Amino acid sequence: MLAHAIFFYFFSFVAIISAIMVTASKNTVHSVFFLILDFISISCLFIMIGAEFLGMIMLIVYVGAVAVLFLFVVMMLNVAQQKNQWFKSSETSTHIPVGLIVSLIIFFELIIVIGGWKYKPDIIKNFSDSLISNSTNTHTIGSVLYTEYIHLFQISGMILLVAMIGAIVLTFRKREGVKRQNYFSQISREKNQGVELVEVKSNEGVKIDV
Amino acid sequence: MFEVSLGHYLTLGAIIFTIGVIGIFLNRKNVIVILMSIELILLAVNINLVSFSIFLQDLSGQIFTLFILTVAAAEAAIGLAIIVVYYRNAGTIRVEEIENLKG
Repeated sequence: MLAHAIFFYFFSFVAIISAIMVTASKNTVHSVFFLILDFISISCLFIMIGAEFLGMIMLIVYVGAVAVLFLFVVMMLNVAQQKNQWFKSSETSTHIPVGLIVSLIIFFELIIVIGGWKYKPDIIKNFSDSLISNSTNTHTIGSVLYTEYIHLFQISGMILLVAMIGAIVLTFRKREGVKRQNYFSQISREKNQGVELVEVKSNEGVKIDV
Repeated sequence: MFEVSLGHYLTLGAIIFTIGVIGIFLNRKNVIVILMSIELILLAVNINLVSFSIFLQDLSGQIFTLFILTVAAAEAAIGLAIIVVYYRNAGTIRVEEIENLKG
């Protein structure tokens, strides 16, 4: 139990520090790296409390796909040199103290809610048969996800498809002066447009108008 | 102190959520950091769902965490595509200089 507590405090400390560094770091590339560190430590916490499948999925999806996408866009747009200025320009804008006040109010409300709540007395009984104890986390998630939540699962697949098509359509650009293969004009070409029979007289040759 | 309870995880989620909100409010740099702050907020929600799911012995929280992960990935892809198109048209993605909507 002591080792559990030590690991919890270590990982959550790393997560909080790297979350602060995501918002406060001067270089955007460093922000992305701290975001990756944050995801890794949170997924270590997930693995530690027994949600192994989600921890691993989080490593694959967030670190492997989303953070790399962020890094790719940051490096492609060349915004890494833009310096962070939200402490210098604070005398001209008034939204920084307002934002701090709103965020701290949100934080204290969350802390009050966490400190003051308790379970209804019969809530443990209602839920306790949902986890099968002698099989792994991945096995139980699969047996619930593909039976009870199959429609939500397929709808999430549709969401991913729409996101993929939307990203492609948004960033698609038609360039001028690039020769492309046009399948329709290739296939719909007839014989009388493609081949022409020409009488060739001797010593004159053929004049072809292209 | 040495017994990690549900309240510890909820407090961690609350702290990361607040850091994400502060990052959205105080950002003066570019829109990509705002998207990363949104990812932090979704991460905090995931922490809450998973810890409730573990401590209540109910799998629904982990299933919904999977769906939140899906939506977060889709949102990051669409948002980054919009940012790339905006950068191509306007030449900047600084928050102060994005003023087409006169907001």
